[in-house]
Amino acid sequence: MKVKTSRKITTVSFHMFIILLGIVMLYPIIWMVASSLKPADEVFRNAASLIPSKLMWQNYVEGWKGFGNVSFATFFKNSFVVTILAVIGQVISSAVVAYGFARIRFPGRKILFAAMILTMLLPAQILLIPQYIMFVGFDWIDTYLPLIIPHYFGTPFFIFLIMQFIQGIPRELDESANIDGCGKFRTFIQIIIPMTLPAIATTTVFSFYWKWDDFMGPLLYLHSPMKYTVSIALKSFSDPSSVTNWSAMFAMSTLSLIPSFVIFLCFQRYLVEGISTTGLKS
Amino acid sequence: MTEKMLTRQRTRLSPKLKEGLTGYLFILPWLVGLLIFTIYPILSSLYYSMTDYNLLTEANFVGLKNYMDIFTKDARFLKSVKVTLTYTFFQVPLKLGFALFIAMLFKGNRRGVNVYRSLYYLPSIFGGSIAIAIMWRQIFGRTGAVNAILKSLGLITTAKSWIASPDTALGTLILLAIWQFGSPMLIFLAGLRQIPQSYYEAASIDGARAWRKFLHITLPSLSPIIFFNLLMQTISSFMSFTQSYIVTGGGPTDETLMYALYIYDTGFTNYRMGYASALSWISLIIIGIITMVIFKTSNYWVFYESKAE
Repeated sequence: MKVKTSRKITTVSFHMFIILLGIVMLYPIIWMVASSLKPADEVFRNAASLIPSKLMWQNYVEGWKGFGNVSFATFFKNSFVVTILAVIGQVISSAVVAYGFARIRFPGRKILFAAMILTMLLPAQILLIPQYIMFVGFDWIDTYLPLIIPHYFGTPFFIFLIMQFIQGIPRELDESANIDGCGKFRTFIQIIIPMTLPAIATTTVFSFYWKWDDFMGPLLYLHSPMKYTVSIALKSFSDPSSVTNWSAMFAMSTLSLIPSFVIFLCFQRYLVEGISTTGLKS
Repeated sequence: MTEKMLTRQRTRLSPKLKEGLTGYLFILPWLVGLLIFTIYPILSSLYYSMTDYNLLTEANFVGLKNYMDIFTKDARFLKSVKVTLTYTFFQVPLKLGFALFIAMLFKGNRRGVNVYRSLYYLPSIFGGSIAIAIMWRQIFGRTGAVNAILKSLGLITTAKSWIASPDTALGTLILLAIWQFGSPMLIFLAGLRQIPQSYYEAASIDGARAWRKFLHITLPSLSPIIFFNLLMQTISSFMSFTQSYIVTGGGPTDETLMYALYIYDTGFTNYRMGYASALSWISLIIIGIITMVIFKTSNYWVFYESKAE
């Protein structure tokens, strides 16, 4: 009896603690969403409050108009175009390379694999300046090419993730396909791809997040507002010297998080598994 | 006749050679990308680091002048190294500690844990976005929610801007980084669930308390995962750019001038591409040294299952 009540107390205090901490942690996000619905003059006058005095859906309409005659419809469209094209390239090329490393024996494989792991540890900022100079040379400035093309050559992190998964598939499957006359290409497409779908889903989700949030790329390479992605548009929109309507600003900020949130809701399971396996197996 | 034999031989490659070629065909995209987008830029940046290139005029070779200037005349370089090291030194251990603490709470299969886990991961989903950085800037600003809450609790009387005060600006960035503890938390959680229950049972029989179990079973078993998290978080901490660019802009008076922000400033505000390339190379060396130190010390504190037995 005594043990039972004390266990009950631990359970209750556990949930209380987690929920309280959770509220503190989610407060900033809730604050942003609440601010997007407050009347504009209320955002900083009543800063701590999470409840708008009246719901101003109008803020979203105001914000959507954007700035400099370019609306957020354009920015969102640009973001989707860049993100989807980059994700497609990243997923396909990473899966192809992963299969090569995981299943085919070729001379130099070990050294090349080590080189790939090494590039995972390479800080991206070392590439910032020379890549920029290179893309200036290609005449790629103010186009989407620098944001998309480099993703069509496989990304070490994703190659590694998919490799881990392929290595978990029994080799007998490949071998029996081989006996049936399947070459490496057909084995890859007909056997490996269908069995690697969870890893491919994980790759797609991460790739989407990183590309959708990417700020440095658009900051460096996009100059005309017509071509802005959402992240760089928000930055311009939020310039402290020019913002007059903070509610509209937060309305657009909230909208910019929705694609990531929807994907999170749909693919939670893959995400959790993906993160866990990459961390555990290396 | 001989010609016919030759062509037949050519079409019938030895299976080994054929497999080798197929392998290279599959990894070709990565290999080409490595050459164009990594190796060539790295080498060209080594060249530019010895020039005065500014995008507009021809590059003049200046030898090691940029490096000499950085080490002898550049106070902002030293400041940015100090800021980045301080940021990393606080941000990474605090984030990992917090992640492990939460993972320990979520370890048991209590009801609701899956929902909590997702909620706690949410900040990490949004964390890298510009929207969050802007929100952070406004929440910690003079008229932001943090001041409003502290005032209503009676903890402060005059509002101050957390992002514009030299003593708290870096702290707000560190807090923003810790807030995104989701990925290490999930990795720890998966690791915790792999520790055999029998270890704990054996320790219980010996009368070990919870704290000792944590020290002698949990931590050693998790050490490879702690190592992985430490390495990845340290490297990405060194590259941190967006947060300081948006939240504090590197200010006040360079108190939050992250190294990546300094490179960006040198290259894209002042167009000193040569000098910025030299800065990039120095950062590569610094990160290389730190990575090596982490690897070397890992012999002393990372335990692998097979070694222990």
